[in-house]
Amino acid sequence: MTRISLTVDGATVADDVEPRMLLVQYLRERLGKTGTVIGCDTSNCGACTVHLDGQSVKSCNVLAVQADGATVTTIEGLAQNGTLHPVQEAFRECHGLQCGFCTPGMIMQSVDLLNNNPSPSEEEIRLGLEGNLCRCTGYHNIVRAVQHAAAQGSSTAGATS
Amino acid sequence: MIPAQFDYVAPASVEDALAALAEHGDDAKIIAGGQSLLPVLRMRLNAPEWIIDLGRIESLRGVRDDGDSIVIGAMTPHSVVGSDPLVAEHATLITRAVEHLADAQVRHRGTFGGALAHADPAGDLGAPVRALGASFVIQGPGGTRTVSADDFFVDLFETAIGDDEILTEVRVPKHTGWGAHYEKFVRVAHQWPIVAVAATVRVEGGTIAEARIGLTNMGSTPLRAAAVEAALAGQPATEAAVRAAAAHAAEGTHPPSDLNGDADYRRHLATVITRRAVLAAAGA
Repeated sequence: MTRISLTVDGATVADDVEPRMLLVQYLRERLGKTGTVIGCDTSNCGACTVHLDGQSVKSCNVLAVQADGATVTTIEGLAQNGTLHPVQEAFRECHGLQCGFCTPGMIMQSVDLLNNNPSPSEEEIRLGLEGNLCRCTGYHNIVRAVQHAAAQGSSTAGATS
Repeated sequence: MIPAQFDYVAPASVEDALAALAEHGDDAKIIAGGQSLLPVLRMRLNAPEWIIDLGRIESLRGVRDDGDSIVIGAMTPHSVVGSDPLVAEHATLITRAVEHLADAQVRHRGTFGGALAHADPAGDLGAPVRALGASFVIQGPGGTRTVSADDFFVDLFETAIGDDEILTEVRVPKHTGWGAHYEKFVRVAHQWPIVAVAATVRVEGGTIAEARIGLTNMGSTPLRAAAVEAALAGQPATEAAVRAAAAHAAEGTHPPSDLNGDADYRRHLATVITRRAVLAAAGA
C-alpha cells in the first residue's frame, strides 16, 4: 500500500492505495465519483477524461499513485454552487449527446480545448476531440455545442478547472 | 482490466532511480508518462514486480538551448515539446510530428523520452529524430554516454539503452530555417500511422540544397530514406523533381504486413507520402 494525498473537486483526500490502482478506479470506487465513466479500458475512447493539474488526461491510463499531490477535477466538480459550467450548459442547449455515455469525457476535453483555444475553428474542435469517441456517432451536435460554448465566451466565464 | 500487483517507487533523482534499477534489475520496469506501458500492464502482457516512476525527477523535464543543439529532457511531455518555441524554431520537424501524435490527453501525459525508449516502429517521434540526426544521452552506473540516432534504434521495441541505464535527454542539432512536414497516413483518427514520413529540407532560391527524410513503420525501426535524400539534393523544388526522387522512398525498407495493409501497399504508400511530405516541407 502507498499513501497518497490529493485534491479532488476542491476537497482534500488521503488514502492508502495499491500501486496498481488506476486513477479512474480510485475516483469511482473509493470516492464514489461515478460521473467519470470507464468506456473502453484501452485508453482509446476518452470517456474517463478528467483534469490532472489543469490538463486533460485519460484517468484509466494514470495510476492513482502518480496523482499523489495533484489537483484533480472531474465532471462532478465543474458546476459551481448549483450552476452548470458553460460547456455543460452548451451541451444541454445543443443536445450534444445521444446515449450520454461519452458526455462526461467529451465535456472535460471540450473545457480543456477551450482553455487552450477560446475560439477554435470547426476543424480544430474535431482535432481537439479526436481522443474521445461517441459510439452513437453524434459528433455534429457535440461540435455545435463546443462552438456554442466558445461563442458564449466560456473560457472567460470561469471555465478553468 | 487491472494490472497485476507490483511495488512502486518514485525516486527524486536520476541517481536514486539508477540505484532502484540496480537493486531490482530484471524484475523492474521504468514508467515515464505511462501512455504505452499502462495499457500493456492492464492487458497483462507484462507483469513487472517493481515499477520505477521517473515522474518526480524535475531535472529530466524541459527544453534548453545548447549552442548548436537544443536539448530535450526525456520526461518532457509531448504537449510541452509541441508548444516549445526553441523546438519550433530549430527543430520544426519535431513540432510538426508532435501535432499528430496520439490525442490531446495522451500528449499531456506521454513524454518525449518515454516514447523514444519504447521504440514502437509505428511511433511518431523516431523518424523525425533520425532525420534530424539527434543523439541520445544515456546514464548508467558507470556514468553518461551518448548514442547517435542511427545506433539508438536496434529492433522492434528495442534500443541501445542497457538494462541498468536510463535515457536522460535527447540532443537535436539545430536546423534553423529548414522547412518541415510530417505526413501521416491513418485509417482512424489518433491511431498509429500505417506509414508516415518526416521530411525537412533547406531550400535556397527555389533549389533543394539539402533534404533529410525519416520513415515511420517501414521496418522494425525508424528509417532514413537515404536514396530520396541523395536524389533531392540540388533539384528544383518542383512537383516533377520531387515525384521522381520520392519514387526511391521504399528502397532498402522492410515494411510489415498486417490488417492495415501488406508490405507492397506500404512500399507504394511510402512513395506517395514522401512526395507529399517533401513538397509541403519545401513550401512548393
